[in-house]
Amino acid sequence: MDAVFSNFDDYLKAFGLTIGLFVVSGIASLIWGTILAVLRVGPVSILNKAAALYVTLFRNTPLLMIFIFMAIAMPVLGYNFKFVEDVEIGGWNVSAFFVRSCIALTLYTSAFVCEAMRSGVNAVPLGQAEAGRAIGLTFSQSMKLVVLPQAARAVIPPMTSVLIALIKNTSVAAAFGMAEAVATMRALTNNNADQRIGIFLAFAVGYIVIVEVVSLASYAAERKVKVAR
Amino acid sequence: MTTSVLFDAPGPKTVARHRAYTVVSVVALAALVAFAVWKLYDRSQLEYALWEPYVTPKYIQYVLVDGLLETLKMAFFSIIFAVVIGLFLGIGKLSDRAWIRWPAWLVVEFFRAAPVLLLMVFAFYLLAIGNGPLSPFWCVVIALTLYNGSVLAEVFRAGINAVPTGQSEAAYAIGMRKSQVMTSVLLPQGVKIMLPSIISQMVVALKDTSLGYYILAPGLTAVGKPIYLEFRNQVPTAIVITALYVIVNLILTWIATRVQKRLVGEKNPLELTRVGNLDGGRNT
Repeated sequence: MDAVFSNFDDYLKAFGLTIGLFVVSGIASLIWGTILAVLRVGPVSILNKAAALYVTLFRNTPLLMIFIFMAIAMPVLGYNFKFVEDVEIGGWNVSAFFVRSCIALTLYTSAFVCEAMRSGVNAVPLGQAEAGRAIGLTFSQSMKLVVLPQAARAVIPPMTSVLIALIKNTSVAAAFGMAEAVATMRALTNNNADQRIGIFLAFAVGYIVIVEVVSLASYAAERKVKVAR
Repeated sequence: MTTSVLFDAPGPKTVARHRAYTVVSVVALAALVAFAVWKLYDRSQLEYALWEPYVTPKYIQYVLVDGLLETLKMAFFSIIFAVVIGLFLGIGKLSDRAWIRWPAWLVVEFFRAAPVLLLMVFAFYLLAIGNGPLSPFWCVVIALTLYNGSVLAEVFRAGINAVPTGQSEAAYAIGMRKSQVMTSVLLPQGVKIMLPSIISQMVVALKDTSLGYYILAPGLTAVGKPIYLEFRNQVPTAIVITALYVIVNLILTWIATRVQKRLVGEKNPLELTRVGNLDGGRNT
């Protein structure tokens, strides 16, 4: 444990990076996953199939292989994302590693986001939309007042599972040059092999705290939108 | 005509509009594919020399035997062990005794919330590095066993709970003991409900074996490296190895769907509680 406390700066920095990866790729994959879900359930059948192909492909590929694509294969094709290192916003700039990791995490997670969204929409019984039309609601009204609120309710639990999986998946970035929690834990263990159990527990607790925070936030959200049935 | 909760059956105008969308999206998708192929061609990634290792028997054998087979072995061992551990933890979580239920809950929650890679690195430093007793192969198996075991504990718990209560009540009524009710009434019926989820978990385990790359374990991901270092064919290597993973996973998913249809019917799969549910293992 001493090794963690004497390097507490590194510990916090590592989890800061983990949270940074989680937030950036979480938001990006919610957006991209929602677009995919719209294509997936939309009326154009070729786009349905294209989105389904995307989901099948990325769900069955190990995240590590997507990282290898982004970090090892893409530079050969001339995409190394080095240009982001020249962009500076308010004294901050991000490394190419960070951008690559976020893209890989987003490509992977959005497939799961798409499936969660789709299952949420499918959970709304057809009769609900029909009843909405029967009482004379327009399409947008029946969407806004009847279908989407129910779909949102059904989406929260699977979406939370997806986000929790994303928190844990950010650890894969350790293998590709990000000094996030797992990489830092490995480096600390390397230098203090006698304290490896304490170091492991300290880092595991860090992850568990993040997971619990997300989980509790989702319970709060779920309770808020819950209705008696 | 499939009906959807999202939109009405289209009229003639909408059909025409959808046709226009179809044309636009076909063009866009074709352009995307063409761009990808052109990019590969432009960077001379389609040259035969780069793909040659993947049609040479020596390298095919290397990829399949040292890569795919090792990956399958790791996934196989970890699922077998995970089923055993998951069975104990799952039944432990359902125990009437708090001193069994709480530790089981704690273990399950801990290993479900910690990343697999963290477990792997820890197992690697604890058991493999230097003159440790185990090879990285077994460190991967241990980490995956702990993680998948805790996920399967939830599967077992949910599966046993999915058996109608009348079954266990009837068993108690004819005078069976608790252990008899579990082993001869609940588990045999629960297994049918759990089997699809267990097979789907195999896909997760198989994908996670690739994380062994970080602790120098063998497997499909690891065999790529010497090949692309020798032939400088990073892109073809990534494509071939990803394709192998996808094919194996699709086969497993197909089996899971078949089993689901055969044993459970079209009903929804098991509903598992989330990580961090804070109920102290009391959920029933």
